[in-house]
Amino acid sequence: MSVQLAVRGLTKRYKTGEGVTGINLEVNKGELVTLLGPSGCGKTTVLRGIGGFLEPDAGEILIEGKSVTKLPPEKRPTSMVFQSYNLWPHMSVYDNLAFGLKIRGMPKADIKTAVSDALRLVRLPGAEKKYPTQLSGGQQQRVALARSLLLKPAVLLLDEPFSALDAKLRHEMREELRDIQTQTGLTMVLVTHDQDEALSLSNRIIEMNHGHIEQIAQPQRIYNEPETLYVAQFIGKMNFLEGVVDGERIRVGELSWPNAKRLSGKVKVAVRPEDVGLNASSNHQDGQGQGLPGKIKQIMILGHYAEVSVDMDRHGTLKAFQSKEAIERLRTGESVRVTLASMIAYPND
Amino acid sequence: MGWYFKAIGRRRIIEFILLTIFAVFFAGPLLNLVVLAFSGQWTYPDLLPHQWSFKWWRFVFEQDDVAKSIGLSFLIATIVTALSIVLCIPAAYAFARIRFPFKRVFLFSFLLTHAFPKMGLYVSIAVLFYKVGLMNTMLGVVLVHMINVLMFMTWIPTAAFRNIQAAQEESARDVGATPLRVFRSITLPMAMPGIMVASVFTFLNSLDEAQGTFLVGIPDIKTMPIIMYSIISDFPSSAGAVFSIILTAPTIILLVAAQRLISADVMASGFQVK
Repeated sequence: MSVQLAVRGLTKRYKTGEGVTGINLEVNKGELVTLLGPSGCGKTTVLRGIGGFLEPDAGEILIEGKSVTKLPPEKRPTSMVFQSYNLWPHMSVYDNLAFGLKIRGMPKADIKTAVSDALRLVRLPGAEKKYPTQLSGGQQQRVALARSLLLKPAVLLLDEPFSALDAKLRHEMREELRDIQTQTGLTMVLVTHDQDEALSLSNRIIEMNHGHIEQIAQPQRIYNEPETLYVAQFIGKMNFLEGVVDGERIRVGELSWPNAKRLSGKVKVAVRPEDVGLNASSNHQDGQGQGLPGKIKQIMILGHYAEVSVDMDRHGTLKAFQSKEAIERLRTGESVRVTLASMIAYPND
Repeated sequence: MGWYFKAIGRRRIIEFILLTIFAVFFAGPLLNLVVLAFSGQWTYPDLLPHQWSFKWWRFVFEQDDVAKSIGLSFLIATIVTALSIVLCIPAAYAFARIRFPFKRVFLFSFLLTHAFPKMGLYVSIAVLFYKVGLMNTMLGVVLVHMINVLMFMTWIPTAAFRNIQAAQEESARDVGATPLRVFRSITLPMAMPGIMVASVFTFLNSLDEAQGTFLVGIPDIKTMPIIMYSIISDFPSSAGAVFSIILTAPTIILLVAAQRLISADVMASGFQVK
């Protein structure tokens, strides 16, 4: 696999104190990579840096091995889909799409074919004569997507493209984007604050926080093995317990695991709700059994599974995802033994 | 009859009366003007003239300086509009897009020409024009007209440019347009309604301007409003009526044309100083 886009030591500081420092990342050809993080984490700054819309304080951007750092946006082989669509209201859909191709001096007949192909790709065939104001938000964003797609950019940049759409439409657009990506094989960099979007769409996720990268990994990996406490908190639901290092093992109450990361002192133990097991105490004759003692506070049925809140004696409240079958054996207010199938330990800061 | 008024309600009746009063006050004088322009003989208590005639129209058009003044007025208005577009549109773009110190102060300074009594301003301009030899010249008149419209011509397009999101220009850069191309193909067309409105204002304002022209342009530069003064004072009122219809016609035509472009928010946003 060849590297399509490389960002080396990108730094941009704003007067407000926000910005990014020393960003390094590589995107392979045909890959869809997501920059994920809360607002103000610098993900849009990175994207705008790649697109040429800001001048970095330091660092280099390479596309297909060539430096584009000094090039203005119109000279870069990138194209950006903006959050606010940014169609030009005084032009028809056809003219909006044809604008970039006309500048490139493409013959009129070819432009016509390219435009109708692109509109078919975004499922808006025959919309050429319409004007942006006659289209819904979702349709406008499709046109904006088509406008970028038909330029066949070396890297397609998407800046929170679906965040202005309602939830259902957002979901549809995600699937369509995935389809388009497999059909065209375009290299894409997507900025989002929506972790579902990142997890469902990306080949790899770049998790950002306060202007630096926390972790770069495949969605499954970033979910299963968040490298930092921040990522563990940000991605998915997570329980946190206080643990203690005891020689070669990390201990939470009577439960313990090997100290793989060689931590010392007090540690934070992160456990996914699906890894939390609940056993009714009454199942054991002596009322002891394995696990940490707790009491069921609330059971919320969420269709095919349920979210159970458990008040722990010494560890606050834990969330546990339980199957429908498991719920039938549990009652609110009942004492339980809590087991933790797997955990990740982080230094306590 | 009583049931009818009850059915439509008091509010409606008041609205109707107000509308009637408004219509009479608004359309009445105009109607009178038109009737007057086409009347041959019209004596007091009669509601309409005894005799309709084109006599005064013929009379007005037979005056030598009338035809000349119409041509001159339109020429001056065209020059004023063209010059202020060239001067004010780049300024408006700068006000909308570029950060520079004292921007608001500069923007407000355009209000100054409207803050003083016009006559005082014109007199002091005339003193200056005497020194540099601009009295009784076309250029002098054009400059005086431009002073009147600088504010509209800068403020309205500034608002129009400001309403265009920077990201819309960015996306044009993104698909490959140079900054100049972006301005020509994206920014300017999108700001065009505002610019058109300001231009129509400017054109009409120049066509209508009398005070400054009178002071700076006399005796040779006689535009339509200047001629009108003499016609009104020297001839019967019918001649004045004919002339004011001639003077009104371009205004109405341009306003109707502009109305397609004028939306209330374009007008309103022209007067926001952000």
